[in-house]
Amino acid sequence: MEKFKTYISKAIPLNIANVDTDQIIPARFLKATDKKGFGENVFRDWRFDKTGNPVSNFPLNNASYSGSILIAGDNFGCGSSREHAAWALVGYGFKVIVSSFFADIFKGNALNNGLLPVQVSKSFLLQLFSAIKLDSNCQFEVNLENQTISIKGTDLSESFNIDPYKKTCMINGYDDIDYLLSKREIIEAFELQKPY
Amino acid sequence: MKKTLFDKVWDAHVVDTVKNGPQILYIDKHLIHEVTSPQAFNELEARKIPIFRPQQIIATADHNTPTQDQHLPVKDEMSRIQLTQLSKNCKKNNITLYELGHKYNGIVHVMAPELGITQPGMTMVCGDSHTSTHGAFGSIAFGIGTSQVAQVFASQCLLLTKPKSLRVSVNGKLKNGVLPKDVILYIISKLGTNSGTGYFCEYAGDVFENMSMEGRMTVCNMSIEMGARGGMIAPDDSTFTYIKDRKFAPKNDEFNKKVDYWKTLSSDEGAAFDKEYFMDAEDIEPMITYGTNPGMGIKISETIPTDNDPSFQKSLQYMNFQAGESLINKPVNFVFIGSCTNSRIEDFRVAANYVKGKLKAKNVTAWLVPGSKQVESQIIKEGLKDIFNEAGFELRQPGCSACLAMNEDKIPQNEYCVSTSNRNFEGRQGQGSRTILASPLVAAATAIEGKIIDITKQFN
Ligand code: SF4
Repeated sequence: MEKFKTYISKAIPLNIANVDTDQIIPARFLKATDKKGFGENVFRDWRFDKTGNPVSNFPLNNASYSGSILIAGDNFGCGSSREHAAWALVGYGFKVIVSSFFADIFKGNALNNGLLPVQVSKSFLLQLFSAIKLDSNCQFEVNLENQTISIKGTDLSESFNIDPYKKTCMINGYDDIDYLLSKREIIEAFELQKPY
Repeated sequence: MKKTLFDKVWDAHVVDTVKNGPQILYIDKHLIHEVTSPQAFNELEARKIPIFRPQQIIATADHNTPTQDQHLPVKDEMSRIQLTQLSKNCKKNNITLYELGHKYNGIVHVMAPELGITQPGMTMVCGDSHTSTHGAFGSIAFGIGTSQVAQVFASQCLLLTKPKSLRVSVNGKLKNGVLPKDVILYIISKLGTNSGTGYFCEYAGDVFENMSMEGRMTVCNMSIEMGARGGMIAPDDSTFTYIKDRKFAPKNDEFNKKVDYWKTLSSDEGAAFDKEYFMDAEDIEPMITYGTNPGMGIKISETIPTDNDPSFQKSLQYMNFQAGESLINKPVNFVFIGSCTNSRIEDFRVAANYVKGKLKAKNVTAWLVPGSKQVESQIIKEGLKDIFNEAGFELRQPGCSACLAMNEDKIPQNEYCVSTSNRNFEGRQGQGSRTILASPLVAAATAIEGKIIDITKQFN
């Protein structure tokens, strides 16, 4: 996993609530057997119309928006456990997803793939959206070490929560497998005297 | 300290706690299928890590399998590759696989309980969010992502933070025609689709105590639809009777010993929950959804609510419904009875009982897709297939089918489908398809009438 740095970037606004994993990556694209290539189809049915032409008003197709931060509406990533959703977002180039609420499984999947879910208050989310509306070139800074997200050129900033263990993993690029393998012995000991 | 059912099972599985961090939770059973496992197998292979406990993994092929001509090679190339890869991976790693055509093949959440793999007090995971189904037996069961599938492959454990606890109690007597599916759709419509996020939910009260195991599975199945990681129901005599004598159930003395332990698995009187809700059975009626998330449900006799929220309006626009209108008499051309929510024998009994002696409406294409080979055989054995045939219905072969439309069973663009599955997301049943979630009874009635009817009228 890539180490997570501090990102200063423009952002793409996706002001839709309850974005579910079927929208992030529709089921018909789940047939690959590796993790690559899903980025092309991220938000496929919102980005392209039935004939395969880009939907011009969809934010990812709007040339005035760019960057590695996606700012999304409430309850992002609900629905299925498919990690393909995280792979698709990472594959497209996102490093950070901001929302006022994330679905559980999606959040875990994102963290396991070096994609940082930043949960902010509803009011701060609105400020983020209006900052982009005002100026689509507006820059945002996401600092994992300090757990803050701020709007550059303003004094608007908010801190966010992250599990300290996950934070260490993200910063160092470790994953859970490395950790669990180091615990083999106590896992084996547990198996021999399961309390149930 | 007083413990909840969830606490009891969770605490018994904690191997260790990371300082200031998550816990290492031991996983008893790991279920896998063709779609979310290949990348995990690849990852382990690339990192040269062996599978730690292959005997605790059970595999089935379900998500993209065809529901017709299962004896023939799978037509779709990508699906075929995934299925072949699953077979290869299982063979190489000594993992039990019920592949396409096997007498135990079926949707992972139908197959495991009916084989007695699912038991009270277990921890179970699968790379599929509806793993919550297995909580019906008083196990902690939840969906995981593919990275976590790889973690369980490598260590039979997961690093997790203990979720908070939530209890939904429903007491009273359900009205005629109100099925377990209506109960859960009602709960989700009341609580919303993210009320459960960060929580594990226990369902309690006499409604669940009096419910069959099939019904309890339907309820727990949709826990994820209110955002909860999983749902649980305390095991009782119905649970023990269901498990007894199934293929992987403990036998004889071993079984009795287990039952003694299983009986301890209920929330202590006075145990504290982080959130609690109470509902009355009498308030529940047959339910139906009108929007593009499972929380957008109403009683079938109600009208669509009004809401100025842009996401709400976008959703109605997608469905081509108006706020304030009723769904009664809306023509529907597709009906799907299947998915891990409602594809067990009881669901087909309900449907058969309703359609017996009637004829399917001409405009309707109705797919009946059993959850497993065993359910399929039972449908035939009980004579339900004949009833369906006479009424003009087509019984297909088991699999996930139109629940997520990864195989050929897709609902066409702009068509409505009354479906017993669990998700009505945009395009879930095929690009541009419009899903209306309902119970098998409402689905069967829709197929007969060719439109949505107020089923409550037939019960009053
Ligand atoms: S039936 Fe639907 S919800 Fe259930 S496992 Fe299959 S795809 Fe998932």
